[in-house]
Amino acid sequence: MSLLDYFRKSKPKSAAIAKERLQILVAHERTLRNRRPSYLPQLQKELLDVIRKYVNVDQDAISVNFEQDENQETLELNIVLPDYQQENKSVNM
Amino acid sequence: MARIIVVTSGKGGVGKTTTSAAIAMGLAKRGHKTAVIDFDVGLRNLDLIMGCERRVVYDFVNVINGEASLNQALIRDKNCNQLYILPASQTRDKDALTLEGVGRVLEEMSKDFQYIVCDSPAGIEKGAYLALYYADDAFVVTNPEVSSVRDSDRMLGILASKSRRAERNEEPVKEYLLLTRYDPSRVKSGEMLGLDDVQDILSLQLLGIIPESKSVLSASNAGIPVILDEKSEAGQAYEDVVARYLGEDRPLRFIDDKRGFFRKLFGGRS
Repeated sequence: MSLLDYFRKSKPKSAAIAKERLQILVAHERTLRNRRPSYLPQLQKELLDVIRKYVNVDQDAISVNFEQDENQETLELNIVLPDYQQENKSVNM
Repeated sequence: MARIIVVTSGKGGVGKTTTSAAIAMGLAKRGHKTAVIDFDVGLRNLDLIMGCERRVVYDFVNVINGEASLNQALIRDKNCNQLYILPASQTRDKDALTLEGVGRVLEEMSKDFQYIVCDSPAGIEKGAYLALYYADDAFVVTNPEVSSVRDSDRMLGILASKSRRAERNEEPVKEYLLLTRYDPSRVKSGEMLGLDDVQDILSLQLLGIIPESKSVLSASNAGIPVILDEKSEAGQAYEDVVARYLGEDRPLRFIDDKRGFFRKLFGGRS
């Protein structure tokens, strides 16, 4: 800060404003992110076990996605079945 | 087994490639056999920063597609024989990198190298995801500026949920903060977020603060990683970063306002 600044009218420092804005925003974004249910990995594993009883699929043939916006939650399961009769079948539930 | 480091940030222009080049050189100079990989498919840049752009024959995508061997594509650095560069492809095909292909190349490299530095592209698209997926350590490069801090926080979320370590429920990716383009005089005058401000939000293990420095541009102009400019503050700060990453205890430098008395009195930037 220069000497001349002492004579200027003091106003809130911009870094302090930046920090406050960031704290609010980041806290909000983290809560959205962390509401992902903790049972997802377990669910994925058990589903894979069940499917493997009937179909021989790879470890990464199943994906479980959880998405959330303001008013709804979506659980999306995507299972890729192995090549059968030259075509790739995909089951969406 | 190599240790895989991703240099990431979300936001562009914060110093990922500068950092990748500097820390890869720093690790190699200390005798660790190191490779640095450019994941920015389509916009190859690391080769320029490393000064090897005219020696690029094959690239990362050629290796993945089996069009070249790893040894054909890796470029040995001209300043340090322990350092190798794997350049990005300039193809516009977004799907040129695959998760499986990247995994295969990293696994092959892991047999030969001690450290593999993955220079992530900006954004949170596929290239950034592939760069971080196999990482053991993440260097989160952040500028003391609102959008960069926010993007860094988002990258931390992605590291914690989308990396291989997260998927396999292994020990999480170790996350480190690297605060770059830091201007102590502006922090002091309240115009720029300081280290404490950023850490109040991100609370990561700090690897170092790189001061805003003219030598970073000079280094990229010349194609020499700034860490080799031992007289520059940025070069010394990166040297400290590498030392701290390897477990040495180094006090923080270059975080105090170093402007002279008259500059402080009359204002003006150093």
